[in-house]
Amino acid sequence: MARQPNKREETLGGTIVHGLPFPTELTPEALEWLRAMQPIRIEQEYSITYLHSYAQDSPWFAGLTNRVLLGNRERESGYTYATPRGHGMYDGQETEWVELPQEGRVHAFTVCYFGSEEFLAETPFVLALIEFEGADTLLLSRLLGVDPEQASLDWIGMKVKARFLRNAKLKPTDVYFVPA
Amino acid sequence: MRPVYAVAGGVSKFAKARPDKTFPAIVKEAYDYALQDIGLEHGQFIELVDGSVASYFSDHFTRQLMAGIMVQDYLGLCPKPSHRVEGGGATGGLCFQEAWKSVASGHMDICLAYGFETMSHVETWKGNEFIALASDVSFDYPVGGFYSGYYAMMVTRHMKEFGTTVEQLAHVSVKNYRNAYHNPYAQKRQRITLQDVRNAPMVAWPLTRLDICVMSDGAAVTILASEEGLTRLEKAGARIPRPLVRVTGIGRGTDAMRMADRPHVDYETFMREYATPQEQDSDDTRAYYRRLWEHGTRYPGVHSFRAGRTAGNMAYRQAGIYDPLHELDFIELHDAYTSSEIQTYEDLGLCRYGEGGPFAASGKAFMPGVDYGLDLPSPPECPVNPSGGLIACGHPVGATGLMQNVFAIWQLQGTIARHFGDATLQVKDARRGATHSHAGTGTYVTVTILEREE
Repeated sequence: MARQPNKREETLGGTIVHGLPFPTELTPEALEWLRAMQPIRIEQEYSITYLHSYAQDSPWFAGLTNRVLLGNRERESGYTYATPRGHGMYDGQETEWVELPQEGRVHAFTVCYFGSEEFLAETPFVLALIEFEGADTLLLSRLLGVDPEQASLDWIGMKVKARFLRNAKLKPTDVYFVPA
Repeated sequence: MRPVYAVAGGVSKFAKARPDKTFPAIVKEAYDYALQDIGLEHGQFIELVDGSVASYFSDHFTRQLMAGIMVQDYLGLCPKPSHRVEGGGATGGLCFQEAWKSVASGHMDICLAYGFETMSHVETWKGNEFIALASDVSFDYPVGGFYSGYYAMMVTRHMKEFGTTVEQLAHVSVKNYRNAYHNPYAQKRQRITLQDVRNAPMVAWPLTRLDICVMSDGAAVTILASEEGLTRLEKAGARIPRPLVRVTGIGRGTDAMRMADRPHVDYETFMREYATPQEQDSDDTRAYYRRLWEHGTRYPGVHSFRAGRTAGNMAYRQAGIYDPLHELDFIELHDAYTSSEIQTYEDLGLCRYGEGGPFAASGKAFMPGVDYGLDLPSPPECPVNPSGGLIACGHPVGATGLMQNVFAIWQLQGTIARHFGDATLQVKDARRGATHSHAGTGTYVTVTILEREE
């Protein structure tokens, strides 16, 4: 049997208390005692829905829903961005859209065993930066079809191919990569 | 620009949680310490100080906008001028440099730089989410936003490119934890081994929990002054230690928010725009880099921080530093990860790009007189993070860069024993040190040089 952890998981939640210990008479001694009181801590909820616009990058997401991987290119130099960018880093001009190949290579990766709260349920997951023939920059994506427990530097340079969600969520995770 | 002196500093004890005090009251702890250190009462200092700069990273952690003015108010500094700076993990370094600018420009004679972060108000995984919002929320965060993951990707590339090993990373952790054992301000004071680092829970392969700094509540302040400011302080009775500590160089650099967008420049561009003068002047180093490029290395890619190299080169030029390993007596650098300390050795020119791993295990960045339980091949040359760095001291983001500068001031004043109650971490005869503050995946980086006046 696996050994149990020696520490219980903590949560922010605690017992709801009605009424707190407080001096019945505010004598000078009691007022002085207040300085030694434990801090009171309460929970505060905070939840927001944002209306986020992909703005000039929107065609990239539309491309994913149509199983197309787009990038941007500086018109003069041909410098090509694998992650969308409305204006060139070098020429300062508006970029043009180009179609990227759907095969690439792993440039760098990691296996996340922990993560932000939003992604904890998905651990362990593999993050990878993907490089493409003809593109000068990379794309951050998920790598599937590998065993996270067998992580190896040999994965760097591995040929991978794009896969697309059939029912797009309009998130960059609508595309992911698997070994080619 | 006028000479600027770093007169005093204070640091609150960094802790996982400080529910006993509000964030302004935690800053007040550090502020009171700095004043007490130079023997001034609050009322005297308020008469003299011209203004302040506030440093904190995230409005999310406090769920409070305009937190800076609440600190200004609590410290009794209203209606003096102030502004908040924010630049991710480099916020504290930027704050210190903004205070330097206020004094160097003649706008102020005495400027207080204060910073804080209270990260315990949310659970760790929500905190990771807040921090990950410092990545592009259209293209990076939704893929699995997690800073440890981003840094782990950098290190897999560094390992593949240069042969860096996890044991070399673990040397950084052992060094910084064992240094912090002698630092009462540190959040984590423990004697760990290389094996402990590797056996710790895996967070983002290959980084374990002991390769990564923790979240903290804490605050730090520094007081900067012109010569006129010094005179005013001393006329009021301030005891400012001699020799004085002067800020002799500041540098900053930036890079693209998205790691994926980082350039991969050719050898000629690297040598022209990024190589240090020391590297440019060396036939051996030029040949070494030529071989790296022939092997496929491009710069900075995701394995190096050109913002750090840019900041270092700028600060070194101003301070007249050519050979940082031998011309700096110590460095307090931003080791949010063991891997980023190794990357930063290279950015700061302590070794060449690609040699950070062997450098980490060489012993050159270790303190003399501390038992690390390691067989190190080289004697110490330039201790890095003698305080224990972020890995062991903690990383209350807005306070961190200021904490580094406080420890640097104390090193150069030779007062570590007084402040730490332990002389082990005092760098002997420290004359010149550097602090390095770093944001995001290397988006903003500051380097500051401080020197003891002879």
